[in-house]
Amino acid sequence: MSDLLEVENLSVAFRTRGGLVRALENVSFSIARGETVALVGESGSGKSVTAYAAMGILDPAGQVTGGRIRFDGIDLTAAGRAEIEDLRGREMSMIFQNPRAALNPIRRVGTQIADVLLRHGNVRRADAPAEAVRLLAQVGIPDPARRARAYPFELSGGMCQRVMIAIALACSPALLIADEPTTGLDVTTQAVAMDLIRDLARERQMATLLITHDLSLASEYCDRVVVMHAGHVVESGPVAELLAAPRHPYTARLLAATPRPGIGLADLVAISGELPDLRRAEAGVCRFAGRCDRRQDDCAGLITPVPPGPLHHAACWNPL
Amino acid sequence: MTALLDVVNLQKIYPVGGLGKARGQLHAVDDVSFSIAPGETVGLVGESGCGKSTLVRLLARLHDPTAGSIRFGDTDLADMKARGFARRPERAAIQMVFQDAGESINPRYTAFEAIAAPLRRLRGLRGADLQRRVESLADATGIPRALLGRFPHQLSGGQKARVGIARAIAVEPRLLILDEPTAALDVSVQVVILKLLMELRERLGLSYLFVSHDINVVRLICDRVLVMYLGKIVEQGPTAEVLGRPAHPYTRALLSAVPELTLEPPPPRPRLGGEPRSPINPDPRICRFFGRCPDGRPACADSMPRLAPVGPAHAAACHFA
Repeated sequence: MSDLLEVENLSVAFRTRGGLVRALENVSFSIARGETVALVGESGSGKSVTAYAAMGILDPAGQVTGGRIRFDGIDLTAAGRAEIEDLRGREMSMIFQNPRAALNPIRRVGTQIADVLLRHGNVRRADAPAEAVRLLAQVGIPDPARRARAYPFELSGGMCQRVMIAIALACSPALLIADEPTTGLDVTTQAVAMDLIRDLARERQMATLLITHDLSLASEYCDRVVVMHAGHVVESGPVAELLAAPRHPYTARLLAATPRPGIGLADLVAISGELPDLRRAEAGVCRFAGRCDRRQDDCAGLITPVPPGPLHHAACWNPL
Repeated sequence: MTALLDVVNLQKIYPVGGLGKARGQLHAVDDVSFSIAPGETVGLVGESGCGKSTLVRLLARLHDPTAGSIRFGDTDLADMKARGFARRPERAAIQMVFQDAGESINPRYTAFEAIAAPLRRLRGLRGADLQRRVESLADATGIPRALLGRFPHQLSGGQKARVGIARAIAVEPRLLILDEPTAALDVSVQVVILKLLMELRERLGLSYLFVSHDINVVRLICDRVLVMYLGKIVEQGPTAEVLGRPAHPYTRALLSAVPELTLEPPPPRPRLGGEPRSPINPDPRICRFFGRCPDGRPACADSMPRLAPVGPAHAAACHFA
């Protein structure tokens, strides 16, 4: 199984009035065809920045300062704009966090799906509307022909999310990046949407990167987990192994804070401290040390970043 | 023990669409009855559009109910008009903590101002008294006094949540309505806020109505749970009973949709497909869950099931529970 997406030592920095924010530092991970990988971490950990960098849609203030992103052998960090634009939407696509904000509010949803199909030349103009309806039916929208003529505001949040999924899957992409695809959805709708993504991924051997802060969701739907904290990958590995025996103290703390059946409020432990100021973070040094209860003298030294690949690794001087 | 809040046959119908006879009646809250005891935490769960928010607004007396009563202590709040309720002494007794503290705090108010506003308005506090009270509330909710001069955008998510709680308990309410207070927070911060809420409940003798769609959080802090579907309570009972032995098919579907932190690949589980029935002019004889219910039978379209006991203090509205 060859890797479809390879992110190697990716570093991204943002210019801000307060100085240079080193949002990502030496981030590495890979996804093979047909594989679902979760990118987990708290807000501010760099999950979305990683996805945006991979899609080539970073904010203009952000810049890739090092490393490589390879998609199916193509180096995206070196590729021209036209080349990336051709891949985006056709070979790699993204589901955004807030479907209502991501859809065009003054365009009928069927038309928005047809736009993507026509942009990448998969269908003839006359066939696009019918194909859009077929895609809406595929994501489980009842009465798709009528719903295709609806505007986003006429649909519920769950329906808008399914429209987003239909748009993302319109061209049968090889890679799907889903950025918190179920935030704000009811659990019943979340389950249906996640099942849909999983089934389509299996059917088409699609690689999926699921960005989430919900470890439970990751454990149900993913093969591997990549844990991020303050712009570093702190641990990655097969889901069962990583959750059963986390090696990085941050992963262990995240697990200890996650509510689940059989655990009372008194047993849950918060993570003390806050994310470090990424304008002042020293390069190549553990960014969790300030919050960590396993900290020792070595922790001030340079740390070996987690390499890409399926094996279980943690970037820690004093792992569990 | 007498109830703090006793809601009986509460109903809210909104007229929608059309004119004259063509106007539909949207049954947002339909014949809802429940009570909350002093010191109790009651969870309210259900999907969006089920009437949770309308129910909350009726209880907070932001909207007038169409019918029914809301007994709070010795008074019936349903008799008082929503307009003008803000000036009544009962206003202070029921307070709300909103979903996203970042959105619900006036961005031009400092943390101090946000907490001070209800104290000025409902308690008439001024000057040094006000200062002292705000500082003691900040201490009680774990807001460092140095942060009181900051605006919401200068506070972290957890700090904003604390400000939202501090201003709600400022006027010494007896019932706090919490509308998904931790939905916008990371798990590590969520734990801290939940622990703070439980500590305040003990210390101040508060009752909570906890609106959430996170079953794992409801399990942690609620004594009892109400499950709502399309304007009706379809199941209610002690948390362990309802979540451990769900009697209504909707509750079962809800629970099976909750992702679990598992080490083994989860077994395939039944999913709730389709869309809910329309809440506009619903047929009073048909069970609201009929059509979407995996166990639906012809009898479900003949008569509306009523809440009936299925265990100690545990009731479900299903013919086949």
